[in-house]
Amino acid sequence: MTLSVDKIFEQICTLIEPFNKKNVTITKDTVFSSDLELDSLTVMDLLSEIEDEFDITVPLNMLPDLETVGQFTEAVQKLLSE
Amino acid sequence: MAFDLFEKFDPILKEYRNLPEGGANPFTVSMEKVLSPTTAIINGQETILAGTNNYMGMTFNAECIEAAQEALTNLGTGTTGSRVLNGTYNSHKNLEETLKKFYDTKHAIVFSTGYQANLGVIATLAGPKDYVVIDADSHASIYDGCAMGNAAVVRFKHNSPENLDKRLSRIRRDDPQAGILVVLEGVYSMLGDQAPLRELTKISKAHNAYILVDEAHSIGVFGKTGRGVAQEQDVEKDIDFIVGTFSKSVGTIGGYCVSNHEKFEALRLVCRPYMFTASLPPSVVASATKALELIANTNLRHKLLSNSRRLNKGLSDAGFNMGTTGESPIAAIIVDEKNTAISFWGEMIAEGVYVNLALPPATPNRLNLMRCSLSAAHTFEQIDFMLEKFTLVGNRLGLIQTVPELAPEVAYKLAMETA
Repeated sequence: MTLSVDKIFEQICTLIEPFNKKNVTITKDTVFSSDLELDSLTVMDLLSEIEDEFDITVPLNMLPDLETVGQFTEAVQKLLSE
Repeated sequence: MAFDLFEKFDPILKEYRNLPEGGANPFTVSMEKVLSPTTAIINGQETILAGTNNYMGMTFNAECIEAAQEALTNLGTGTTGSRVLNGTYNSHKNLEETLKKFYDTKHAIVFSTGYQANLGVIATLAGPKDYVVIDADSHASIYDGCAMGNAAVVRFKHNSPENLDKRLSRIRRDDPQAGILVVLEGVYSMLGDQAPLRELTKISKAHNAYILVDEAHSIGVFGKTGRGVAQEQDVEKDIDFIVGTFSKSVGTIGGYCVSNHEKFEALRLVCRPYMFTASLPPSVVASATKALELIANTNLRHKLLSNSRRLNKGLSDAGFNMGTTGESPIAAIIVDEKNTAISFWGEMIAEGVYVNLALPPATPNRLNLMRCSLSAAHTFEQIDFMLEKFTLVGNRLGLIQTVPELAPEVAYKLAMETA
Protein backbone atom coordinates (compact mmCIF):
# COMPACT_ATOMS: atom_id res chain seq x y z
CA MET A 1 0.00 0.00 0.00
CA THR A 2 1.39 3.43 -0.85
CA LEU A 3 0.06 6.13 1.42
CA SER A 4 2.03 9.34 1.90
CA VAL A 5 3.05 10.36 5.42
CA ASP A 6 0.82 13.43 5.15
CA LYS A 7 -2.16 11.31 4.16
CA ILE A 8 -1.56 8.91 7.09
CA PHE A 9 -1.22 11.88 9.47
CA GLU A 10 -4.47 13.34 8.15
CA GLN A 11 -6.34 10.04 8.64
CA ILE A 12 -4.96 9.64 12.16
CA CYS A 13 -6.06 13.21 12.98
CA THR A 14 -9.59 12.34 11.89
CA LEU A 15 -9.55 9.30 14.19
CA ILE A 16 -8.25 11.40 17.11
CA GLU A 17 -10.96 14.05 16.70
CA PRO A 18 -13.65 12.25 18.83
CA PHE A 19 -11.06 11.88 21.63
CA ASN A 20 -9.94 15.53 21.34
CA LYS A 21 -12.27 16.88 24.04
CA LYS A 22 -10.33 20.14 24.51
CA ASN A 23 -10.12 20.93 20.79
CA VAL A 24 -6.34 21.02 20.80
CA THR A 25 -4.77 21.86 17.43
CA ILE A 26 -3.11 18.60 16.44
CA THR A 27 0.42 18.64 15.06
CA LYS A 28 2.98 15.86 14.72
CA ASP A 29 4.42 17.00 18.06
CA THR A 30 1.14 16.65 19.96
CA VAL A 31 1.65 14.32 22.93
CA PHE A 32 -1.24 11.94 23.70
CA SER A 33 -0.83 11.90 27.48
CA SER A 34 -0.09 15.55 28.24
CA ASP A 35 -1.52 17.60 25.32
CA LEU A 36 -4.63 15.50 24.65
CA GLU A 37 -4.84 14.23 28.26
CA LEU A 38 -5.61 10.70 27.08
CA ASP A 39 -5.18 7.92 29.64
CA SER A 40 -3.55 4.63 28.65
CA LEU A 41 -6.93 2.92 28.15
CA THR A 42 -8.06 5.61 25.72
CA VAL A 43 -4.82 5.37 23.80
CA MET A 44 -5.41 1.61 23.46
CA ASP A 45 -8.94 2.27 22.16
CA LEU A 46 -7.54 4.76 19.65
CA LEU A 47 -4.94 2.19 18.64
CA SER A 48 -7.74 -0.29 17.79
CA GLU A 49 -9.32 2.28 15.49
CA ILE A 50 -6.01 2.97 13.80
CA GLU A 51 -5.53 -0.79 13.26
CA ASP A 52 -8.93 -1.04 11.60
CA GLU A 53 -8.50 2.15 9.54
CA PHE A 54 -5.21 0.98 8.00
CA ASP A 55 -5.90 -2.79 8.22
CA ILE A 56 -2.69 -3.47 10.15
CA THR A 57 -1.67 -5.07 13.45
CA VAL A 58 -0.07 -2.64 15.90
CA PRO A 59 1.05 -4.67 18.94
CA LEU A 60 0.50 -3.01 22.33
CA ASN A 61 4.21 -3.55 22.97
CA MET A 62 4.91 -0.58 20.66
CA LEU A 63 2.89 1.89 22.75
CA PRO A 64 5.65 2.98 25.17
CA ASP A 65 7.57 4.38 22.18
CA LEU A 66 4.59 6.14 20.65
CA GLU A 67 4.12 9.33 22.65
CA THR A 68 3.30 11.78 19.87
CA VAL A 69 0.98 11.82 16.87
CA GLY A 70 4.07 12.05 14.65
CA GLN A 71 5.58 8.89 16.15
CA PHE A 72 2.26 7.12 15.61
CA THR A 73 2.23 8.26 11.99
CA GLU A 74 5.76 6.95 11.39
CA ALA A 75 4.92 3.61 13.01
CA VAL A 76 1.86 3.19 10.79
CA GLN A 77 3.87 4.08 7.69
CA LYS A 78 6.54 1.54 8.66
CA LEU A 79 3.97 -1.21 9.28
CA LEU A 80 2.25 -0.45 5.95
CA SER A 81 5.52 -0.71 4.05
CA GLU A 82 6.45 -4.09 5.60
CA MET B 1 18.97 17.14 44.90
CA ALA B 2 18.58 13.97 42.91
CA PHE B 3 15.40 13.34 41.00
CA ASP B 4 12.60 12.08 43.25
CA LEU B 5 11.60 8.56 42.21
CA PHE B 6 8.17 9.18 43.70
CA GLU B 7 7.42 12.33 41.73
CA LYS B 8 5.56 10.36 39.06
CA PHE B 9 3.01 9.30 41.68
CA ASP B 10 2.11 12.88 42.65
CA PRO B 11 -1.13 13.03 40.63
CA ILE B 12 -2.45 9.77 42.10
CA LEU B 13 -1.35 10.73 45.62
CA LYS B 14 -3.14 14.05 45.25
CA GLU B 15 -6.31 12.27 44.19
CA TYR B 16 -5.99 9.83 47.08
CA ARG B 17 -5.52 12.63 49.59
CA ASN B 18 -8.63 14.36 48.24
CA LEU B 19 -10.85 11.45 49.28
CA PRO B 20 -13.58 12.62 51.66
CA GLU B 21 -12.17 13.24 55.13
CA GLY B 22 -13.46 11.66 58.28
CA GLY B 23 -15.39 8.82 56.76
CA ALA B 24 -14.05 5.35 56.22
CA ASN B 25 -11.78 4.90 53.25
CA PRO B 26 -11.76 1.84 51.00
CA PHE B 27 -7.96 1.83 51.00
CA THR B 28 -7.61 1.84 54.77
CA VAL B 29 -10.60 -0.20 55.95
CA SER B 30 -9.69 -3.34 57.85
CA MET B 31 -11.61 -6.24 59.30
CA GLU B 32 -11.25 -6.16 63.08
CA LYS B 33 -12.77 -9.62 63.40
CA VAL B 34 -14.22 -11.97 60.81
CA LEU B 35 -17.23 -13.77 62.21
CA SER B 36 -18.31 -15.90 59.24
CA PRO B 37 -18.09 -15.91 55.42
CA THR B 38 -20.69 -13.13 55.41
CA THR B 39 -20.11 -11.07 58.55
CA ALA B 40 -17.25 -9.16 60.17
CA ILE B 41 -16.61 -6.43 62.71
CA ILE B 42 -15.54 -3.20 60.98
CA ASN B 43 -15.09 0.06 62.95
CA GLY B 44 -16.51 -1.75 65.97
CA GLN B 45 -19.72 -2.58 64.15
CA GLU B 46 -21.08 -5.91 62.94
CA THR B 47 -21.09 -5.60 59.16
CA ILE B 48 -22.51 -7.74 56.38
CA LEU B 49 -19.85 -8.62 53.82
CA ALA B 50 -21.32 -8.11 50.36
CA GLY B 51 -18.11 -7.90 48.33
CA THR B 52 -15.66 -10.68 49.10
CA ASN B 53 -15.84 -13.04 46.06
CA ASN B 54 -16.38 -15.78 48.67
CA TYR B 55 -18.92 -17.34 46.31
CA MET B 56 -19.31 -20.72 48.05
CA GLY B 57 -18.75 -19.45 51.59
CA MET B 58 -15.89 -21.96 51.87
CA THR B 59 -13.70 -19.90 54.23
CA PHE B 60 -15.39 -21.29 57.34
CA ASN B 61 -16.32 -24.73 56.05
CA ALA B 62 -15.77 -27.15 58.95
CA GLU B 63 -14.21 -29.89 56.80
CA CYS B 64 -11.81 -27.43 55.14
CA ILE B 65 -10.76 -25.98 58.51
CA GLU B 66 -10.23 -29.47 59.93
CA ALA B 67 -8.09 -30.51 56.95
CA ALA B 68 -6.05 -27.30 57.21
CA GLN B 69 -5.53 -27.69 60.99
CA GLU B 70 -4.35 -31.26 60.56
CA ALA B 71 -1.87 -30.24 57.85
CA LEU B 72 -0.66 -27.33 59.96
CA THR B 73 0.02 -29.64 62.91
CA ASN B 74 1.60 -32.43 60.88
CA LEU B 75 3.48 -30.53 58.16
CA GLY B 76 4.20 -27.13 59.67
CA THR B 77 3.43 -23.52 58.81
CA GLY B 78 5.19 -23.29 55.46
CA THR B 79 7.34 -25.11 52.92
CA THR B 80 10.11 -22.48 52.85
CA GLY B 81 10.93 -23.53 49.32
CA SER B 82 10.05 -23.51 45.67
CA ARG B 83 8.20 -26.33 43.94
CA VAL B 84 11.44 -27.20 42.12
CA LEU B 85 13.49 -27.39 45.32
CA ASN B 86 12.15 -28.58 48.67
CA GLY B 87 8.63 -27.17 48.25
CA THR B 88 6.83 -30.10 46.65
CA TYR B 89 5.11 -32.24 49.32
CA ASN B 90 2.91 -35.24 48.59
CA SER B 91 -0.02 -32.98 49.35
CA HIS B 92 0.91 -30.58 46.51
CA LYS B 93 0.93 -33.54 44.13
CA ASN B 94 -2.34 -34.75 45.60
CA LEU B 95 -3.89 -31.32 45.02
CA GLU B 96 -2.80 -31.51 41.38
CA GLU B 97 -4.36 -34.98 41.14
CA THR B 98 -7.57 -33.56 42.60
CA LEU B 99 -7.56 -30.78 39.99
CA LYS B 100 -7.02 -33.31 37.17
CA LYS B 101 -9.97 -35.29 38.44
CA PHE B 102 -12.09 -32.14 38.91
CA TYR B 103 -11.44 -30.95 35.31
CA ASP B 104 -10.94 -34.41 33.79
CA THR B 105 -7.63 -33.29 32.25
CA LYS B 106 -4.29 -35.03 31.87
CA HIS B 107 -2.24 -32.27 33.51
CA ALA B 108 -2.49 -29.74 36.32
CA ILE B 109 0.04 -27.33 37.78
CA VAL B 110 -0.51 -25.43 41.03
CA PHE B 111 0.88 -21.92 41.48
CA SER B 112 1.13 -19.85 44.66
CA THR B 113 -1.51 -17.33 43.53
CA GLY B 114 -3.98 -16.96 40.68
CA TYR B 115 -2.13 -13.82 39.61
CA GLN B 116 1.08 -15.84 39.25
CA ALA B 117 -0.74 -18.55 37.30
CA ASN B 118 -1.75 -16.04 34.62
CA LEU B 119 1.58 -14.26 34.77
CA GLY B 120 3.52 -17.50 34.40
CA VAL B 121 1.42 -19.31 31.84
CA ILE B 122 0.91 -16.35 29.49
CA ALA B 123 4.46 -14.99 29.71
CA THR B 124 5.98 -18.44 29.20
CA LEU B 125 3.73 -19.94 26.53
CA ALA B 126 3.78 -16.96 24.19
CA GLY B 127 7.39 -16.25 23.33
CA PRO B 128 9.22 -14.11 20.77
CA LYS B 129 7.53 -14.25 17.34
CA ASP B 130 4.28 -15.47 18.94
CA TYR B 131 1.12 -13.45 19.49
CA VAL B 132 -1.09 -13.11 22.58
CA VAL B 133 -4.56 -11.87 21.72
CA ILE B 134 -6.47 -10.59 24.74
CA ASP B 135 -9.92 -9.18 25.51
CA ALA B 136 -9.79 -5.42 26.12
CA ASP B 137 -11.38 -5.86 29.57
CA SER B 138 -8.90 -8.49 30.76
CA HIS B 139 -7.82 -8.66 34.40
CA ALA B 140 -4.56 -6.97 35.39
CA SER B 141 -2.85 -10.36 35.79
CA ILE B 142 -3.44 -11.05 32.08
CA TYR B 143 -2.09 -7.64 31.03
CA ASP B 144 0.89 -8.18 33.33
CA GLY B 145 1.53 -11.66 31.90
CA CYS B 146 1.64 -10.02 28.47
CA ALA B 147 3.99 -7.30 29.69
CA MET B 148 6.34 -9.88 31.19
CA GLY B 149 6.49 -12.04 28.07
CA ASN B 150 8.11 -11.42 24.72
CA ALA B 151 5.16 -12.01 22.40
CA ALA B 152 3.38 -9.33 20.38
CA VAL B 153 0.24 -8.33 22.28
CA VAL B 154 -2.98 -7.60 20.41
CA ARG B 155 -6.21 -6.50 22.07
CA PHE B 156 -9.73 -7.10 20.78
CA LYS B 157 -13.01 -5.41 21.71
CA HIS B 158 -14.61 -6.91 24.81
CA ASN B 159 -16.58 -10.08 24.06
CA SER B 160 -16.79 -9.27 20.32
CA PRO B 161 -16.38 -12.33 18.05
CA GLU B 162 -16.28 -10.09 14.93
CA ASN B 163 -13.52 -7.94 16.36
CA LEU B 164 -11.50 -11.01 17.38
CA ASP B 165 -11.95 -12.50 13.91
CA LYS B 166 -10.71 -9.30 12.29
CA ARG B 167 -7.55 -9.28 14.40
CA LEU B 168 -6.79 -12.98 14.01
CA SER B 169 -7.34 -12.75 10.23
CA ARG B 170 -4.78 -9.93 10.01
CA ILE B 171 -2.20 -11.78 12.09
CA ARG B 172 -2.61 -14.93 9.97
CA ARG B 173 -2.50 -12.93 6.71
CA ASP B 174 0.84 -11.36 7.72
CA ASP B 175 2.30 -14.40 9.51
CA PRO B 176 0.74 -17.77 8.58
CA GLN B 177 3.12 -19.72 10.87
CA ALA B 178 2.85 -17.60 14.02
CA GLY B 179 1.92 -19.23 17.32
CA ILE B 180 -1.17 -17.51 18.69
CA LEU B 181 -2.61 -17.66 22.21
CA VAL B 182 -6.10 -16.19 22.68
CA VAL B 183 -6.79 -15.30 26.33
CA LEU B 184 -10.38 -15.11 27.58
CA GLU B 185 -12.16 -14.99 30.93
CA GLY B 186 -15.20 -17.14 31.72
CA VAL B 187 -16.80 -14.35 33.75
CA TYR B 188 -15.59 -10.75 33.76
CA SER B 189 -15.51 -9.78 37.41
CA MET B 190 -16.70 -6.18 37.38
CA LEU B 191 -20.04 -6.63 35.60
CA GLY B 192 -20.29 -10.42 35.82
CA ASP B 193 -20.81 -10.89 32.09
CA GLN B 194 -19.89 -14.25 30.55
CA ALA B 195 -17.68 -14.56 27.48
CA PRO B 196 -19.50 -15.98 24.45
CA LEU B 197 -17.06 -18.88 24.49
CA ARG B 198 -18.78 -20.87 21.73
CA GLU B 199 -18.36 -18.10 19.16
CA LEU B 200 -14.92 -17.00 20.37
CA THR B 201 -13.68 -20.59 20.43
CA LYS B 202 -14.97 -21.33 16.95
CA ILE B 203 -13.19 -18.29 15.54
CA SER B 204 -9.95 -18.99 17.41
CA LYS B 205 -9.89 -22.59 16.18
CA ALA B 206 -10.61 -21.47 12.60
CA HIS B 207 -7.41 -19.42 12.79
CA ASN B 208 -5.47 -22.23 14.44
CA ALA B 209 -4.96 -20.37 17.71
CA TYR B 210 -4.61 -21.84 21.20
CA ILE B 211 -7.22 -20.77 23.75
CA LEU B 212 -6.72 -20.03 27.43
CA VAL B 213 -9.77 -19.37 29.61
CA ASP B 214 -9.44 -17.83 33.07
CA GLU B 215 -12.25 -19.25 35.22
CA ALA B 216 -11.31 -17.29 38.38
CA HIS B 217 -14.84 -15.99 38.91
CA SER B 218 -16.67 -19.01 37.47
CA ILE B 219 -15.18 -22.08 39.16
CA GLY B 220 -17.86 -23.41 41.49
CA VAL B 221 -20.41 -21.02 40.03
CA PHE B 222 -21.17 -22.37 36.54
CA GLY B 223 -21.24 -25.78 34.85
CA LYS B 224 -22.96 -28.90 36.08
CA THR B 225 -19.98 -29.97 38.22
CA GLY B 226 -18.79 -26.42 38.90
CA ARG B 227 -15.91 -26.33 36.42
CA GLY B 228 -16.95 -22.97 35.05
CA VAL B 229 -18.21 -21.30 31.91
CA ALA B 230 -16.39 -23.61 29.48
CA GLN B 231 -18.36 -26.49 30.97
CA GLU B 232 -21.58 -24.43 31.09
CA GLN B 233 -21.27 -23.57 27.38
CA ASP B 234 -20.08 -27.09 26.50
CA VAL B 235 -16.80 -26.06 24.82
CA GLU B 236 -14.28 -27.70 27.16
CA LYS B 237 -12.86 -29.96 24.46
CA ASP B 238 -11.77 -26.90 22.45
CA ILE B 239 -10.10 -25.07 25.34
CA ASP B 240 -6.36 -25.70 25.56
CA PHE B 241 -5.66 -24.18 28.97
CA ILE B 242 -7.89 -23.35 31.91
CA VAL B 243 -6.47 -21.06 34.60
CA GLY B 244 -8.13 -20.47 37.94
CA THR B 245 -7.72 -19.43 41.52
CA PHE B 246 -8.30 -20.90 44.97
CA SER B 247 -8.95 -17.44 46.41
CA LYS B 248 -12.64 -17.13 45.55
CA SER B 249 -14.96 -20.17 45.46
CA VAL B 250 -12.24 -22.40 46.94
CA GLY B 251 -11.90 -20.06 49.93
CA THR B 252 -8.14 -19.89 50.38
CA ILE B 253 -5.27 -18.76 48.11
CA GLY B 254 -3.37 -20.22 45.18
CA GLY B 255 -3.70 -20.61 41.43
CA TYR B 256 -3.62 -23.37 38.87
CA CYS B 257 -3.58 -24.22 35.19
CA VAL B 258 -4.97 -27.47 33.72
CA SER B 259 -4.47 -28.78 30.18
CA ASN B 260 -4.44 -31.87 28.01
CA HIS B 261 -1.44 -30.73 25.99
CA GLU B 262 1.07 -33.60 25.89
CA LYS B 263 4.03 -31.33 26.66
CA PHE B 264 2.29 -29.29 29.36
CA GLU B 265 4.63 -30.48 32.15
CA ALA B 266 7.45 -28.56 30.42
CA LEU B 267 6.11 -25.48 32.20
CA ARG B 268 7.57 -26.81 35.45
CA LEU B 269 11.03 -26.41 33.89
CA VAL B 270 10.67 -23.00 32.29
CA CYS B 271 7.90 -21.02 34.00
CA ARG B 272 9.58 -18.52 36.28
CA PRO B 273 6.57 -17.49 38.44
CA TYR B 274 6.23 -21.23 39.20
CA MET B 275 9.92 -21.85 39.86
CA PHE B 276 11.11 -18.76 41.69
CA THR B 277 8.63 -18.44 44.53
CA ALA B 278 7.83 -20.55 47.58
CA SER B 279 5.11 -23.16 47.20
CA LEU B 280 1.77 -22.97 49.01
CA PRO B 281 1.79 -23.76 52.75
CA PRO B 282 0.50 -27.27 53.60
CA SER B 283 -2.59 -25.94 55.40
CA VAL B 284 -3.63 -23.98 52.30
CA VAL B 285 -3.04 -27.03 50.10
CA ALA B 286 -5.16 -29.16 52.43
CA SER B 287 -8.14 -26.80 52.55
CA ALA B 288 -8.00 -26.21 48.76
CA THR B 289 -8.03 -29.97 48.14
CA LYS B 290 -10.99 -30.47 50.45
CA ALA B 291 -12.91 -27.51 49.01
CA LEU B 292 -12.48 -28.77 45.42
CA GLU B 293 -13.92 -32.14 46.46
CA LEU B 294 -16.87 -30.37 48.08
CA ILE B 295 -17.46 -28.03 45.11
CA ALA B 296 -17.63 -30.93 42.66
CA ASN B 297 -20.48 -32.42 44.66
CA THR B 298 -22.57 -29.45 45.71
CA ASN B 299 -25.66 -27.58 44.61
CA LEU B 300 -24.59 -24.40 46.39
CA ARG B 301 -24.35 -22.61 43.04
CA HIS B 302 -28.16 -22.64 42.77
CA LYS B 303 -28.48 -20.89 46.13
CA LEU B 304 -25.74 -18.45 45.09
CA LEU B 305 -27.45 -17.48 41.85
CA SER B 306 -30.84 -17.19 43.51
CA ASN B 307 -29.24 -14.83 46.06
CA SER B 308 -27.81 -12.76 43.22
CA ARG B 309 -31.14 -12.58 41.38
CA ARG B 310 -32.82 -11.36 44.59
CA LEU B 311 -30.28 -8.57 45.15
CA ASN B 312 -30.16 -7.55 41.47
CA LYS B 313 -33.95 -7.46 41.20
CA GLY B 314 -34.34 -5.54 44.45
CA LEU B 315 -31.78 -2.91 43.42
CA SER B 316 -33.26 -2.60 39.95
CA ASP B 317 -36.81 -2.27 41.37
CA ALA B 318 -35.55 0.43 43.75
CA GLY B 319 -34.60 2.43 40.66
CA PHE B 320 -30.82 2.10 40.61
CA ASN B 321 -28.93 2.27 37.33
CA MET B 322 -27.75 -1.32 37.11
CA GLY B 323 -24.58 -2.62 35.48
CA THR B 324 -25.59 -6.25 36.07
CA THR B 325 -28.63 -8.42 35.43
CA GLY B 326 -28.36 -11.17 38.05
CA GLU B 327 -27.10 -13.91 35.74
CA SER B 328 -23.81 -14.08 37.65
CA PRO B 329 -22.97 -13.66 41.37
CA ILE B 330 -22.23 -9.97 40.80
CA ALA B 331 -24.57 -7.05 41.48
CA ALA B 332 -23.21 -3.65 40.49
CA ILE B 333 -24.79 -0.21 40.57
CA ILE B 334 -23.46 2.43 38.17
CA VAL B 335 -22.87 5.80 39.86
CA ASP B 336 -22.23 8.71 37.49
CA GLU B 337 -20.16 10.89 39.79
CA LYS B 338 -17.00 9.45 41.27
CA ASN B 339 -17.31 11.45 44.50
CA THR B 340 -20.90 10.27 44.93
CA ALA B 341 -19.65 6.70 44.54
CA ILE B 342 -17.02 7.31 47.22
CA SER B 343 -19.63 8.82 49.57
CA PHE B 344 -21.98 5.93 48.79
CA TRP B 345 -19.29 3.48 49.84
CA GLY B 346 -18.59 5.34 53.10
CA GLU B 347 -22.28 5.58 54.01
CA MET B 348 -22.82 1.88 53.32
CA ILE B 349 -19.96 1.00 55.68
CA ALA B 350 -21.49 3.28 58.32
CA GLU B 351 -24.81 1.45 57.82
CA GLY B 352 -23.11 -1.93 58.29
CA VAL B 353 -22.71 -3.20 54.72
CA TYR B 354 -19.31 -3.76 53.10
CA VAL B 355 -19.38 -3.52 49.29
CA ASN B 356 -16.63 -2.88 46.73
CA LEU B 357 -16.01 0.61 45.44
CA ALA B 358 -14.75 -0.07 41.91
CA LEU B 359 -13.33 2.85 39.95
CA PRO B 360 -11.57 3.31 36.60
CA PRO B 361 -9.16 2.01 35.34
CA ALA B 362 -10.15 -1.22 37.12
CA THR B 363 -13.65 -1.00 35.61
CA PRO B 364 -14.85 -1.31 32.01
CA ASN B 365 -16.04 1.79 30.13
CA ARG B 366 -14.71 4.08 32.89
CA LEU B 367 -17.68 3.27 35.12
CA ASN B 368 -17.84 4.06 38.83
CA LEU B 369 -19.37 1.01 40.45
CA MET B 370 -20.80 -0.04 43.77
CA ARG B 371 -20.06 -3.72 43.32
CA CYS B 372 -21.41 -6.62 45.37
CA SER B 373 -20.37 -10.22 44.99
CA LEU B 374 -22.87 -12.62 46.49
CA SER B 375 -22.15 -15.77 48.45
CA ALA B 376 -24.13 -18.98 48.72
CA ALA B 377 -23.70 -18.38 52.46
CA HIS B 378 -25.80 -15.19 52.41
CA THR B 379 -29.30 -15.58 53.80
CA PHE B 380 -32.29 -13.85 52.20
CA GLU B 381 -32.54 -11.81 55.42
CA GLN B 382 -29.00 -10.51 54.86
CA ILE B 383 -29.80 -9.66 51.25
CA ASP B 384 -32.93 -7.80 52.31
CA PHE B 385 -30.84 -5.91 54.86
CA MET B 386 -28.40 -4.93 52.06
CA LEU B 387 -31.35 -3.79 49.94
CA GLU B 388 -32.76 -1.73 52.81
CA LYS B 389 -29.43 0.04 53.27
CA PHE B 390 -28.84 0.55 49.55
CA THR B 391 -32.31 2.10 49.28
CA LEU B 392 -31.71 4.31 52.33
CA VAL B 393 -28.32 5.59 51.13
CA GLY B 394 -29.45 5.82 47.49
CA ASN B 395 -32.29 8.12 48.54
CA ARG B 396 -30.02 10.16 50.79
CA LEU B 397 -27.59 10.76 47.92
CA GLY B 398 -30.39 11.49 45.46
CA LEU B 399 -29.61 8.53 43.20
CA ILE B 400 -33.11 7.11 43.55
CA GLN B 401 -36.42 8.42 44.81
CA THR B 402 -38.69 5.96 46.54
CA VAL B 403 -41.99 7.64 47.48
CA PRO B 404 -40.61 10.86 48.99
CA GLU B 405 -43.25 11.34 51.73
CA LEU B 406 -42.41 7.97 53.30
CA ALA B 407 -39.36 7.11 55.34
CA PRO B 408 -37.00 5.06 53.16
CA GLU B 409 -37.37 1.97 55.37
CA VAL B 410 -41.16 2.10 55.01
CA ALA B 411 -40.95 2.80 51.29
CA TYR B 412 -38.60 -0.12 50.91
CA LYS B 413 -40.99 -2.46 52.75
CA LEU B 414 -43.85 -1.30 50.54
CA ALA B 415 -41.80 -1.81 47.42
CA MET B 416 -40.92 -5.33 48.51
CA GLU B 417 -44.55 -6.16 49.33
CA THR B 418 -45.83 -4.98 45.97
CA ALA B 419 -42.90 -6.54 44.03
